[in-house]
Amino acid sequence: MSIRVRAQESNGVINVRALMSHDMLVPDDDGGPHFIETVEIKRNGEDAVTAHWNFTVSRNPFLQCEFDGSAGDTVSVSWTDNKGESDSTEVEVG
Amino acid sequence: MISTKRRVFLKGTLAAGTVGVAVGAGLLAPSKLLAAWPSEMFEAEGLEAAMEAALGSSDIPDSDDIDLSAPEIAENGAVVPVSVETTMDDVSEIAIFAEENDFSATAHYVLASGTKPKISGRIRLGESSNVVAAVKSGDNWYKTVREVKVTVGGCGG
Repeated sequence: MSIRVRAQESNGVINVRALMSHDMLVPDDDGGPHFIETVEIKRNGEDAVTAHWNFTVSRNPFLQCEFDGSAGDTVSVSWTDNKGESDSTEVEVG
Repeated sequence: MISTKRRVFLKGTLAAGTVGVAVGAGLLAPSKLLAAWPSEMFEAEGLEAAMEAALGSSDIPDSDDIDLSAPEIAENGAVVPVSVETTMDDVSEIAIFAEENDFSATAHYVLASGTKPKISGRIRLGESSNVVAAVKSGDNWYKTVREVKVTVGGCGG
């Protein structure tokens, strides 16, 4: 499991691109459905975006969003799936 | 794969299910479900029921102020890039639906103040489908629709 996050500030706005490694199994798959239900993106510990997903989000999900902030801020991305697995990562905004 | 039989079955039961859907929609206050995964919307079958569960109504106005970007033709339904952006103020939620998927509600985003109403992701389409982007500005939902033609469906294993 891994989450790759790129967070870049420009003109007071942080652009976040997150790529999560997850198979996002649909009900017809062996072991499915097994998918990320919730993704939380925070800036300096405060909620910026909460995503709720169905299994119809593509495998290895990608999410891009933007919010106010500065270089040096901390952006965290964490997910939990429907089987209770989770992953998270934190990056400094460049 | 999207099951044709299931859709026929769904159409047959939709009338009988209307009361249940209405009750479900009444019990569900989408903006109060921020923390929990909103199962009502994601387990709702068909676009109308999914929109009822997610937005409180399937009859919401179209808006030209929502920019929904998706390919006209997707060669691979398993990975369809979808971006939603709007010039509207005070946007707190964005929801994405795929009409022809059995479970139409695909993604729901809650935006904090200071977060721009601009979200990109990738979704699966089992077949050619209208994609609906709904945006909550203030207390009201608005939507825009785009058709995506799929040459290879994306919901199979």
